[in-house]
Amino acid sequence: MTVANSVGIVTAQKAVFDQPITLSSGAALPRYELMYETYGTLNANASNAILICHALSGHHHVAGKYAETDKAAGWWDNMVGPGKPIDTDRFFVIGLNNLGGCHGSTGPSSINPETGKPYGSTFPLVLVRDWVETQARLADRLGIKQFAAVIGGSLGGMQAMRWAISHPERVRHCLVIASAPKLTAQNIAFNDVARQAILTDPEFHGGDYYEHGVVPKRGLRLARMLGHITYLSDDGMGEKFGRELKSGEYKYGFDVEFQIESYLRYQGDKFSGMFDANTYLLMTKALDYFDPGRHFGGDLVAALKTTLAKFLVVSFTSDWRFSPARSREIVKALLDARRPVSYAEIESAHGHDAFLMDDEPYFGVMRAYLNNIAKEIAA
Amino acid sequence: MSAVNTLRPDLKLIAGWIKPGSAVLDLGCGDGELLHWLASHKQIQGMGVEKDVGQVVSCVEKGLSVIQSDLEYGLAQFEDGRFDDVVLSLTIQAMHNIEGILQEMLRVGRTGIVTFPNFGFWENRWQIATGRMPVSETIPYQWYNTPNIHFCTVNDFDRLLGKLGMRIDEQIVLHQGEPVEFLPNLLGSLALVRFSKR
Repeated sequence: MTVANSVGIVTAQKAVFDQPITLSSGAALPRYELMYETYGTLNANASNAILICHALSGHHHVAGKYAETDKAAGWWDNMVGPGKPIDTDRFFVIGLNNLGGCHGSTGPSSINPETGKPYGSTFPLVLVRDWVETQARLADRLGIKQFAAVIGGSLGGMQAMRWAISHPERVRHCLVIASAPKLTAQNIAFNDVARQAILTDPEFHGGDYYEHGVVPKRGLRLARMLGHITYLSDDGMGEKFGRELKSGEYKYGFDVEFQIESYLRYQGDKFSGMFDANTYLLMTKALDYFDPGRHFGGDLVAALKTTLAKFLVVSFTSDWRFSPARSREIVKALLDARRPVSYAEIESAHGHDAFLMDDEPYFGVMRAYLNNIAKEIAA
Repeated sequence: MSAVNTLRPDLKLIAGWIKPGSAVLDLGCGDGELLHWLASHKQIQGMGVEKDVGQVVSCVEKGLSVIQSDLEYGLAQFEDGRFDDVVLSLTIQAMHNIEGILQEMLRVGRTGIVTFPNFGFWENRWQIATGRMPVSETIPYQWYNTPNIHFCTVNDFDRLLGKLGMRIDEQIVLHQGEPVEFLPNLLGSLALVRFSKR
């Protein structure tokens, strides 16, 4: 990664909202905080803002580093920066940590001001549309009436779609990457196995593990390992790990032998040491519940007819968790709704993870599309 | 500036068949040259379908709506009667399911426009007569390395349209960009056909 086109050293900010919010579930939060970062400069008429919506385990740290010594940059640093497809020389880019997250925004691990204890099991479930409402309030706070684009991959793509439906006049372009119009039974099933791993961990304590001074690490680790399998493709995994043995020979036991086991356990350990299990549960439920056609008699076309944005939909050939067929459903619904849409189906061996990776055709499509947005807002 | 002159001769003729403000679907739209021209000169509502991602990028650069898709899978993403004109330019000879795509064209559109290299062109016939597979301006590939799998003559194509219950509205046969009126199936190398349901 070249430092030359990085946004450089960034600082996270916190927005405090004292106006209560009633969520889709009926539950309400009297106040909440959202962590966010911005890159680039908002222009005089506030027309160059782009909102980046994060996926299951994402957060507000999209690009740059907090300190030169940081090992890794933000999670989409390859896409966001000066001269990059989402060009911070031209756009004012916002990343935030969603409500219910565990990276500083109000979530299950935050202290409930009413009890002085972490919310834990009392934190309400949050839907994608609730996130969009909180993001809209953040946009109000930053003086942004209309986004040049709302962009997201996976669960982030669902937020982008929901933005275009909930606030048609506030979204000029909607970029939906490696996403789906709603989850299939198989996809919900994967999420439920992940949740069961957490919920049945003896250290889960009904979600109130904080007060016991423990975390359901084993459950979260398993959930993440399962997730990782579904984010990679069979071919990609075979290419990267094959049947390679760590020590070169069979050990006739249950310790780590194959490289893939080593990789998954490492990823599981790393993740379970830094992510909150309640947030993981909440994020997977938001995925499961997402179904924008639901309030339109199950008709996605009717839901999308309300939109005013132009759409770019992107999928990746080896992604089976959010397969191209699911993106084509979005495209078909948009076409039937007579909404402007372009669609790219990128050849990739990287499965669902492909949306986070460097890939010339993918970046080419993104760059071309965003370049036109930049020209459009400058006109 | 007359940008019409920058269009390829066959595309220029196709453009001439399309009414201002029409909804146009261009199948195998390449870099979007035709759609881009029609959008800026005839204010059409354009949509392209293209298999190659590099070409898709070129279309996106031009600000066109483009769907990356393989035409062999049909046009299921488009509703019946969604378009006025559906264009398939220099692509049909490389397709497997020709009857399928012609029927799909007239399902999603009122008018179909197809252009293809005329295998009946005398140079092609001559090369066959001398014992070789034709290589010419409109068929520039060697037999062993070609995307083309279904060659036909102008007469063959017309007959197929008839078999499918389709009507020829207009037909122009070109050679080196100039219309050929006399013996078009012999003296023309590139055919353009506009057709609709009978």
